[in-house]
Amino acid sequence: MTAIVEGIIKAFQLIFSIDPELYRITGLSLYVSGLAVVMASLWSIPMATVLGLKNFRGKRFIRGSFNAFIGFPTVVLGLVLYLLFSRSGPLGLFGLLYTPLLISIGQAILITPILVSFIISAIEAIDMDIRDLARTLGSTEIQASLSILREASGGVILAILAGFNRAFAELGVAMMVGGNIYNQTRMLTTTIALETSRGKIPLSIALGVILVSIVYILNISISYLRKR
Amino acid sequence: MAGLMELCNLWKSFGEVNALQNVNLTISHGKITTLLGPSGSGKTTILRIIAGLDTPTRGTLFYGNTQIAANDQITLREKATLVFQKSVFFDTTVYNNIAYGLKLNNELSKEEINNKVSESLTLVCLEGFEKRRAKKLSGGEQQRVSLARALALDRELLLLDEPTVNLDPKNVSIIEETIQRINREKKTTIVLATHNMFQAEAISEKIALLIDGTVKQVGTNQDIFGKSNKYLTSFARLENVFSGTAKNTKEGTSIIDVNQHLQIEASVSSPGKVTVHVRPEDILVSNNPLKSSARNVFKGTIVGIADLGSIAKLTVDAGKKFSVQITKKSLSEMKLNVGSEVYLTFKASAVQLI
Ligand SMILES: Nc1ncnc2c1ncn2[C@@H]1O[C@H](COP(=O)(O)OP(=O)(O)OP(=O)(O)O)[C@@H](O)[C@H]1O
Ligand SMILES: [Mg+2]
Repeated sequence: MTAIVEGIIKAFQLIFSIDPELYRITGLSLYVSGLAVVMASLWSIPMATVLGLKNFRGKRFIRGSFNAFIGFPTVVLGLVLYLLFSRSGPLGLFGLLYTPLLISIGQAILITPILVSFIISAIEAIDMDIRDLARTLGSTEIQASLSILREASGGVILAILAGFNRAFAELGVAMMVGGNIYNQTRMLTTTIALETSRGKIPLSIALGVILVSIVYILNISISYLRKR
Repeated sequence: MAGLMELCNLWKSFGEVNALQNVNLTISHGKITTLLGPSGSGKTTILRIIAGLDTPTRGTLFYGNTQIAANDQITLREKATLVFQKSVFFDTTVYNNIAYGLKLNNELSKEEINNKVSESLTLVCLEGFEKRRAKKLSGGEQQRVSLARALALDRELLLLDEPTVNLDPKNVSIIEETIQRINREKKTTIVLATHNMFQAEAISEKIALLIDGTVKQVGTNQDIFGKSNKYLTSFARLENVFSGTAKNTKEGTSIIDVNQHLQIEASVSSPGKVTVHVRPEDILVSNNPLKSSARNVFKGTIVGIADLGSIAKLTVDAGKKFSVQITKKSLSEMKLNVGSEVYLTFKASAVQLI
């Protein structure tokens, strides 16, 4: 019991003493997941716009698949990426294994189903008369689609926040393809896992507090946005 | 007057439904042309095709002397703009809604856009409304902003789909005056869809009578309203017009299947697809079913009450919308209000074939 209390006290000392390692880890986590969200948005938003607006055969199947992959196990994705990017793997020549970039790529893939599914729903909630309105006011088809996306922007932001949330809090991909290398790929989640097993409880608790606080603030903003 | 646009042998089907059946119509340059017809007659369908928002199943369109290719909606969208029957807005300010189309034109400066927005708002008597949220406006204001948004674009051809339906007299007159004014001052060609005969008569020079997806008659006000007209008398105010399939009964009358909730019995026998009309004054309204020999008794709900002086006009939904008239006195005696249930009764002989 005293160990826990001691751990908590030390944790807060770490947080307030601006411990460089603590802040480096936090910064890297934010950077890696932020980059993942940017990448995922780049391909998910256009993809979801097309899926939300066009009708074609197989659309239901594609939608259903994205929905099903929302809960994809992170370790399995980590494993697949590890096999692809390891020295002897088909993509090994890029030398990306154990780099923050590969963690970002992995997280981007992980959150793509969330972004695509949520953005499609947001687009489908928009009155399609908006499209005809844009057209009759002189829009091209692309401009009309962008107008619908703008009308759906609240839902798009929500999707992006939810994606960031998932990327930021995941452990599997970061552990498997990042390797938790000191000063290079050490993230909030991987460090907590490692330091706890090594008995460095105060650092783990401090990192845990930071992780939870960021996720908490994020989710508060999500539910605030939902209400609007 | 040359035709600005020519619709030739237009057909439009939605699955089984033939919304348009061989429509031929010339839209005269600089005039207000009215598409007059009851609900479901194909007014919106025609306007959407002219606006380049829909393609006809068959038929050709000419703009001036050039034929519009079947897949060329863009040309039409550059020439015409449509004000929808139901207001649609981007969820933003009135300013942004009106400026939307103007911003697509890169040649306009910010100041020119501002001026055009405020000019068009002035036209519909809504000066200073720029910062209001469009979706929060009243129905009448929304319809006027929709009109202003179309006017700001200054297109050659302005298409208006029932612009005054469900509006109060003040909003109606602002809209009607604006339409006539820009037609007069800017020579804008206008096509207006309405089911209101009085409106058609009041503001247009050319009327196309549309029934069941077919143009039954085209002419000037004089042609259409001047003499007794077979089509027009049949739907006096374009109310209580119903289409369906008629079957003969043993008694020599016929039952017309309008939809699954509404079968009308008529004393005429004319099997097949028919359109019939019941004059509002031939329909009795009561709180309880009447004991009478009348063959048509329907239970319905009042969905609208309009004041016409000493009488009131009720709109009653009984599977289809009926228009009926009662005196103000009976309206209050019967304690009727929107939502009240009433019975409509009329004789088979009151059902006239169109
Ligand atoms: N997208 C659609 N899908 C199926 N049927 C349609 C569609 N649009 C119109 N119709 C049908 O085509 C016919 C003509 O419809 P249209 O909207 O043009 O009538 P309208 O004259 O504008 O009627 P209203 O006065 O009620 O607006 C109707 O029977 C309608 O049900
Ligand atoms: Mg219509």
